[in-house]
Amino acid sequence: MFRIESKVNTNSAAFKENYEKNKEHHLILKMRLEAVKEGGPEKARKVHLERGKLLTRDRVALLFDKNTPFLELSTLAAYDMYDNEAPCSGIITGIGVVHGREVMVIANDATVKGGTYYPITILKHGRAQRIAEDNNLPCVYLVDSGGIYLPYQSGVFPDKDHFGRIFYNQARMSAKGIPQISVVLGSCTAGGAYLPAMSDETVIVRKQGTIFIGGPPLVKAATGEVVTAEELGGADVHCRTSGVTDHYAMDDKHALAIARNVIENLNRAPKFDLDMTEPEEPYYDPDELYGAVPNDIRKQYDIREVIARLVDGSKFHEFKELYGITLVCGFARIMGFPVGILGNNGVLFSESSLKGAHFIELCTVRKIPIIFLQNITGFIVGRQYEAGGIARDGAKLVHAVANAQVPKFTVIVGGSYGAGNYAMCGRGYFPRLLWMWPNAKICVMGGEQAADVLATVKINQLERNGAKLTKEEIDAIRQPIINKYESESTPFYSTARLWDDGIVGMTETREALALGIAMSLNQPIPDQKYGVFRM
Amino acid sequence: MSKKLFKKILVANRGEIAVRVIRACKLLDIPTVAIYSTADKNALHTLLADEAVEIGPPPPRESYLDFKKIVETARAHKCDAIHPGYGFLSENPQLPIACEKARLTFIGPSAEAMRLLGNKVQSRIKMATAGVPIIPGMKASGENIFQFESAAEEAGYPVLIKAAAGGGGKGMRIVNRREDLASSVEAAKREAKNAFGDDTVYLEKYIENPRHIEFQVLADDHGNTIHLFERECSVQRRHQKIIEETPSTALTPALRVQMGNAAVRVANAAGYRNAGTVEFLFDKSGSFYFLEMNTRIQVEHPVTEMTTGVDLVVEQIRIAAGEKISDYVLEAKQRGHAIECRIYAEDAENNFLPSSGEILFYQEPVGPGIRVDSGVEQGTVVGVEYDPILAKLIVYAPTRELAISKMIQALKEYKFLGIKTSRKFMIDVLSHPEFKAGNTYTNFIEKHFSDRTVDVVPALELAAAVSTVAMAQGSKARPTAVKQAKGLSPWQTIGPWEIGMRITK
Repeated sequence: MFRIESKVNTNSAAFKENYEKNKEHHLILKMRLEAVKEGGPEKARKVHLERGKLLTRDRVALLFDKNTPFLELSTLAAYDMYDNEAPCSGIITGIGVVHGREVMVIANDATVKGGTYYPITILKHGRAQRIAEDNNLPCVYLVDSGGIYLPYQSGVFPDKDHFGRIFYNQARMSAKGIPQISVVLGSCTAGGAYLPAMSDETVIVRKQGTIFIGGPPLVKAATGEVVTAEELGGADVHCRTSGVTDHYAMDDKHALAIARNVIENLNRAPKFDLDMTEPEEPYYDPDELYGAVPNDIRKQYDIREVIARLVDGSKFHEFKELYGITLVCGFARIMGFPVGILGNNGVLFSESSLKGAHFIELCTVRKIPIIFLQNITGFIVGRQYEAGGIARDGAKLVHAVANAQVPKFTVIVGGSYGAGNYAMCGRGYFPRLLWMWPNAKICVMGGEQAADVLATVKINQLERNGAKLTKEEIDAIRQPIINKYESESTPFYSTARLWDDGIVGMTETREALALGIAMSLNQPIPDQKYGVFRM
Repeated sequence: MSKKLFKKILVANRGEIAVRVIRACKLLDIPTVAIYSTADKNALHTLLADEAVEIGPPPPRESYLDFKKIVETARAHKCDAIHPGYGFLSENPQLPIACEKARLTFIGPSAEAMRLLGNKVQSRIKMATAGVPIIPGMKASGENIFQFESAAEEAGYPVLIKAAAGGGGKGMRIVNRREDLASSVEAAKREAKNAFGDDTVYLEKYIENPRHIEFQVLADDHGNTIHLFERECSVQRRHQKIIEETPSTALTPALRVQMGNAAVRVANAAGYRNAGTVEFLFDKSGSFYFLEMNTRIQVEHPVTEMTTGVDLVVEQIRIAAGEKISDYVLEAKQRGHAIECRIYAEDAENNFLPSSGEILFYQEPVGPGIRVDSGVEQGTVVGVEYDPILAKLIVYAPTRELAISKMIQALKEYKFLGIKTSRKFMIDVLSHPEFKAGNTYTNFIEKHFSDRTVDVVPALELAAAVSTVAMAQGSKARPTAVKQAKGLSPWQTIGPWEIGMRITK
């Protein structure tokens, strides 16, 4: 393979300015990550520790092999929502290693409103299960939750993707041979009782974990029977009498050790094999991404500069370099894994869409994972292009993306606007993982354009009634729209609402991708099947 | 070696001279203790000594000049002698005094001799009485302007006003006319007061464009005082010697004997022991005048070593231990010609600004008669805290002409990447016809090189620059670097990792 020749001047003023500004975005990210990782309020944490329980992050660390990566998902979920009362939305999810194999952990944080489920908590739990199902990862639930957060019940309880879906997912995964393991470290009440009950194997901590369909207050109200929580659904009852749980643990540490033993005995099949090469550092230092990527999202830049700082040896075998040049396609390696990369160099034309569809066919037929690097304002518009069939050609690309069964990964490295988001494997197209960069933006269209569209609609409406708007009146319509779009297009707004799997730093993207690819190979890559391409 | 001269010596210096002293001690089988500031933790002298002790932070005042701490360190490490090198504490009488109190031998002269020779007025009087020619002028500092006026008339204009405590050109004024005398004396007093806290100034005849010729002397406790011939150090830039050689092209055998005898008289008059250097001004008429005596080993001592075969540092240590000057030294003769170039970390092509950084590549020239006294090696980080001298390149050849060619060749083969040095400038100086003709006076650089321009960067320099950049990039450790063996999952090879971890300020 040939090495990409970078054209970035690392001594230029622009480079230095970008470097500073992008670094600033990253430092804000780091600061916010550190803040939410503290968990619930200090008082709640103190009480939690006094009960002899471990903090959720410490539990997770004990479950995983020492000195191994933890690919956490949506750490900033619910950020700036619910008055910031739910750091990490009260649940920690992510992929780590137990006895050498990747597993999905889903762990309630009881220091955040007793570990109860907000609407975003449900989304995060469901997303983790979906990733586990897509990638064939055993699930470990570290349960310590009071169930639904009652003030938000309408957003948590009834709909198809709400609380009930969790148990549905467990049953479906179990049927597919994806192990479901629960460790009961606190209460599992009412619906929550099904989480351990629906698991393949369950651990419970004595005098700490409880499982029951109705708690002591409900029992008293219904039957008049007075009973303690431990008598009703503690470890002794469930391990000795009811058989709801399988393993009896003395404390958190013991329970997590047992959970590790359970995983040790799962008998997992070997991972899908790809043609690996010796991993190689990028020739261009990934640190240069800070300066190579313009801080101004509207400034177009050559996506090859990003590729050069992500892939092994900065080597890239480009496909159709001279055709449909607004979509860069090519093969490369990331830490030895073969990958196909699609990256935007402008709006999508018919040619670039066709090229993208062709390239995806190459990847799927060769069973090569695909990486989408999104920096896209959309498809080309105008009479000439509509007549040329841009809708039909765009559809081919969308069809190929939707049906591609190889592992797909998306990183939003710049703008993600309009139908461009779909064609470049946005959230709706189920990439195995989707990350945003701290400098990125996601929105149906730019704030300015939306303001123009809405102002034009309003002006036309009024003109029909014979009224005319002054410049001030037009600005009064435009400005609130621009402001709204601005605040709703940030990566923090996106990640808070689970539109992605997290914000990842530029310089750690390479590793995040490698971990993602390695994790995805737990699921064998099937032979490719497509539907009808409109020709 | 029958008996050890000292049990252990502390070397109270850094850079090339510390290395030179440590090597001399190794010859004599004496263990050494190096001291280093935190900036010199990995310096050559630190690594070369048998023991090395961190003495303080980089500012010299808190490390290499802190004589109390140095003497304590010597005691604590069971040393029985201290070698001061040159610069730093080498001419500070407080160090020999502190050594005596701590029952340590100071390798150098007594505090009294140092004090006497450190005062220009007193030493002038002393040397005049001893029959050493001094520059015509006042023998004591003037008390009123009339004394200055009559002294100036006697010596003849132009005259020079100098500070008694002076050095480095401070408090120095050249006066060409009688009318300017009063104001110049005032100005010199003010300057001297500011610079040395002592406004004593005196007047002497100003010698125009002299040569600077000095004599190496050695004196032991057994009544032997000898000289080891001259060194000519006329090529100077801003009062800083840059090229030294021996023998001087200006001396006839008769003059050499005359000046050598005068040098010995100076040492005797001062009651001097150990190695020292007597400096003379030598004017166009062939007259010479006592300037001062340096009470330490000189930077340029190697040229004397090359032409006489004497190891001066070894003799210093022997004399300090109470030994007689070695027989072979007493019989030493001057043979051939030697030149020394001082290699400074400075950008000669850009106003001689100090240059700092890591020496990425380093290669010394080798060959018969080529000697390098260096304080650096590949990987040394050169800071701006200390004197910018990196190394001294010394060559020896049978004739001056051959020595100059050999030096030019050696300078070309001396390779430094990553840091600017004065090598190219040296080559230009050595190649100058006036230098080749031996017409070296103290204004040589000013006269011939004040408007020096440098050619366009030749291809070779460009190649060197490119490789410097490449090496700098290669040596930069990447924080993101993660090694992974083929076929192993990154989950097993990356180690502890989470999002945000690699983001640093």
